[in-house]
Amino acid sequence: MNNMKRDVFQIAAFTAAVMALTAMLSSSVWLTFIMLALYGALLAQAWNILGGYGGQFSFGHALFFGVGAYAQVIAQVTHGINAWVALALSIAAAALVGLGTGALTFRYGLKGSYFALVTLAFAEVFRIGAVSVGFTGGGVGMMLPLSESVANLQFGSRKGYIALMLAFVAAAALVTAWLRHSRFGAGLMAVRDNEDAASAVGVDPQRAKRGAITLSAAFMGAAGAFYVQVFQYIDPAIAFGPHVSVEALVAAIVGGMGTLWGPVLGAVALHTLADLTRNLFGQLPGLNMVIYGGVLVLIVMFMPRGLAGLLTTMQPARTPPGRASSPSDAAPARGAESDRG
Amino acid sequence: MLDFGIVFPSVLNGLTTGAVYALIALGLTLIYGVLHIINFAHGAALMVALYAVYLLKAHLGLDPYLALPLLVPGMFALGYALQGVVINRASHGKDENILLVTLGLAIVLENLALMFFKSDTRTIETAYTLTTVQIPSPFGAGPAFIALPKLVAFAGALVASAVLLGVVYRTDLGRAIRAVAKEKQGARLVGIDVDHVYAMSFGIGLACVGAAACFLLPAYYVNPQVGSGFVLVAFTIVVLGGMGSFSGALLGGLLVGVVESLCGLLLGDSLGQIGIFAIFIAVLLLRPQGLFGARA
Repeated sequence: MNNMKRDVFQIAAFTAAVMALTAMLSSSVWLTFIMLALYGALLAQAWNILGGYGGQFSFGHALFFGVGAYAQVIAQVTHGINAWVALALSIAAAALVGLGTGALTFRYGLKGSYFALVTLAFAEVFRIGAVSVGFTGGGVGMMLPLSESVANLQFGSRKGYIALMLAFVAAAALVTAWLRHSRFGAGLMAVRDNEDAASAVGVDPQRAKRGAITLSAAFMGAAGAFYVQVFQYIDPAIAFGPHVSVEALVAAIVGGMGTLWGPVLGAVALHTLADLTRNLFGQLPGLNMVIYGGVLVLIVMFMPRGLAGLLTTMQPARTPPGRASSPSDAAPARGAESDRG
Repeated sequence: MLDFGIVFPSVLNGLTTGAVYALIALGLTLIYGVLHIINFAHGAALMVALYAVYLLKAHLGLDPYLALPLLVPGMFALGYALQGVVINRASHGKDENILLVTLGLAIVLENLALMFFKSDTRTIETAYTLTTVQIPSPFGAGPAFIALPKLVAFAGALVASAVLLGVVYRTDLGRAIRAVAKEKQGARLVGIDVDHVYAMSFGIGLACVGAAACFLLPAYYVNPQVGSGFVLVAFTIVVLGGMGSFSGALLGGLLVGVVESLCGLLLGDSLGQIGIFAIFIAVLLLRPQGLFGARA
């Protein structure tokens, strides 16, 4: 479990560094940047659990985001539930929808393009559903009344939101680290690399993928609840539209799928890029997405292993699996495998 | 129960829309059949073609139907270039990469349109926009009135589909395309330039979209998001008809058009598409080889 210890140490160091940075800063521009970068990182981490480690490319992850967001606002506004309890409910609701979607799609053996399409269709069904039914407020959307207090999960300063988001990002990183070094995660990666071989050695592919989509959906739900708390408004297009799905998958792929820090790296890089172009060209509708799409195409064309892949190829010694140079290195074969994009 | 006098025009309207859907889906199924990839940029390509038709009409006064000889080769060239320059290089031998690249292209095209044209919905005015044709109804119900552009779209889409099938089944290029679709290595061994056939297929797929745009716009509208509505519909048809099956795409297109129209009639316009997605999910889950397809 040396590798696990190393990952946990990295996560602790990252968390401490962001906390220290936040404590030193007072400019709201920078605090907002950190908050949104962390939010983007959580979306990408969530997608990475299923896409990067499970090999199932979802094009409709907004489905879980939207369920979390709507659960958060409906629990508070319609049912008067405390915001923190609502947060737990939102995560549970998203995880449940994830489990249901996974049970249905994996049971019928959908993978590759088919899985991407069916997730997209599910998100669209929920979007049209949210426009049409009453308890979501229809196309007008729902507002969360402003009332700043810690009990209401509404903070006067960005720093409160950053702390909350950082906790989620650290939790997602810990879950990712667990996937990298646990039996469940090894099974999941085996299913990703070769499903037939994995089931031949006794891994239950459906169970592995169901677990991954449930975890992934739970973190998407947390991101959705967070969105509602910060922006205090949600409508069907924001909740279930393609924007969130795209942001999650592009950041994870740009950073490097199937790596611990790739999604965080990708989210920070994309937010930096988006902010820079916004400063250069002003606020043009669609510009952000043009950049996201363009970066996605370029990365897949020229750097299919993402930014994290770039970093690992710069390290001199990458022992090929099965030819470990030093026996003291804990598990070189598996380590190399889990770094794969 | 619903009056047949209401259902009949609704079915006719569905058939006219369905024919255009079928034409778009034929392009998609051709690309899928040959390249084994799902072209996510198909809807965005339709959006680009619709804007091209719109701009030709708005600035040069060119009639949408007369724009056909420009749009079809234009979209063909765009498709050939996209496959040859971008998609082919991005694949690195993995299908997932192609999926991601076409998604990226779709995002770029849609949002470039948003930047240049804003999210306004635009329509064109032609002399025949509001002309309707009376169609006598069977079983003694009153006649149905169908907009003339929709009838032209129906006929045009069917003719274009026939031309496409003629190319695929009656020409040397079509034989090469079918050979590559069946067995890539074998096709390469007998001297077929596989990369060229890939690019030709992608080009022909987008040419279908170009033709569909010319038939569609007189009775439809264009905005930057218009493609995403069509993209899931076209996927539904392709899945319904059996991936890569041409006759399946034709029948599936007509069927989906009618289902959408009837769902819109029964459930209200905003829910019309729910029927399509319900079919889509059900077919994917229960019969992924499609209603008419034989292979899994």
